[in-house]
Amino acid sequence: MKVWIPQPLLSYTGRQTEVEAQGASLDEVLRDLDRQFPGIRFRIVNEQDQLRRHVKFFVNREQVRSLEAPIGAGDEIHIFQSLSGG
Amino acid sequence: MSIRSGDVVLFVSTKKGLWILRSDAARRDWALQGPIHLGHIVNHTVLDPRDGRTLLAAARTGHLGPTIFRSTDLGKSWEESTRPPAFPKGEGPPDDTPPPQGRNAFNRPRHLRVVDYTFQLVPGHPSEPGVWYAGTSPEGLFRSEDAGATWEPIHGFNDCEWAGVPSDEPGTPDGDMLHSVLIDPRDPTHLYVAMSANAGGVFESNDRGATWRPLNGGQAADFAPPDPDRVAGFDPHCVQLHPEAPDVLWQQNHCGIYRLVRPGETWDRVGDHMPRDVGDIGFPISLHPRDADTAWVFPMDGTDVWPRISPGGRPAVYVTRDAGRNWTRCANGLPADQAWYTVLRQAMTTDRHEPLGVYFGATCGEIWGSVDEGATWSCLASHLPFTLAVEYAEVG
Repeated sequence: MKVWIPQPLLSYTGRQTEVEAQGASLDEVLRDLDRQFPGIRFRIVNEQDQLRRHVKFFVNREQVRSLEAPIGAGDEIHIFQSLSGG
Repeated sequence: MSIRSGDVVLFVSTKKGLWILRSDAARRDWALQGPIHLGHIVNHTVLDPRDGRTLLAAARTGHLGPTIFRSTDLGKSWEESTRPPAFPKGEGPPDDTPPPQGRNAFNRPRHLRVVDYTFQLVPGHPSEPGVWYAGTSPEGLFRSEDAGATWEPIHGFNDCEWAGVPSDEPGTPDGDMLHSVLIDPRDPTHLYVAMSANAGGVFESNDRGATWRPLNGGQAADFAPPDPDRVAGFDPHCVQLHPEAPDVLWQQNHCGIYRLVRPGETWDRVGDHMPRDVGDIGFPISLHPRDADTAWVFPMDGTDVWPRISPGGRPAVYVTRDAGRNWTRCANGLPADQAWYTVLRQAMTTDRHEPLGVYFGATCGEIWGSVDEGATWSCLASHLPFTLAVEYAEVG
């Protein structure tokens, strides 16, 4: 499936805003992304497997809040970073 | 970035990235380079004195998790640690508390701790090339054996009774932290750490971090009820070990300036000899690498509601040359009035020249230096972001 990468993470993907990844759950997709782009997962998921506070994930434009969310082969995943503070 | 052999360098870590000030041994003219890692909150940047080439920078952003940037070519190129400092994934009941709001995980169950940021990076003992230590927020101690590429928790500390003690209220504004890691130059297994945390204080290990004991006698804890049996729950802000006289430790504490000579166990509040109208509250303390009786501090206003700025708007460094019995104001060249900045705990340092250079980075983004041990000061750079750390290095 296609995964859209937010601007703060483009340094990991070689500036690619759209990448391909595999997996049957959000967790599997993020682990596949980390295999392709080492380090990307820890910056959006903490060591307790919780999504970090300013990260939002959308599957087919519906927000998901769990790493266990199922993902289908043709799904589209958007990752967003919400900025705050100065 | 180009750092060359023979350069003397100040690594200026700020809330918005890393800058580098370069000079030569005369230290008269400084060139500013940067930014590097623009937009990252860079807490600390350190050059490994053992190989003279490896640079580590502890970084995060306000919206991404923490990382460690690594360079093995003096900053020409950077990569990231493949396994940055992180607590183990916990086993046990799930954490139902909402994510912490910009601070560390107060009230988070101990087994579900999350590294909010790495605060301090410390090269290991000269006999252990490639070994580094890291102190984090919330308080955690980590070790790398591959020059910062991967990090492992030191369970002996992180699981000891004084680390990660949950609290029902947030800790310090930047979160509880392990801010000082000190290695005895005579013995790589002999470590001290200090932390500002719920069960904070100074702690000592004689087995490379496997077991720890408190070393907190003599410190005040004005923020808690008197307790003569208290062994932890103190607030050292910055602790330094003298490199050539490693039985001598100094600290700038939330409640004063202290000195300890081992095997003594009781800190001596040498800050009692500071001028009364200035007091002995502050964040940083820096030592003279060749004289264990000399130290510099940058006092802040700890009166009334604790404004935590230069007392009276008149910034000054104070130096003692007799182990804290007398203190001398060093403000020649610094703003004489209406300057309301302060200096954080990792933002003052010294070089190794003769006479010694002293440097600090202010919260207003000015970097100041003195090449005559504090007698006169000049501004080396201004208009930088909020400065978190200043580290000196000589490039061989």
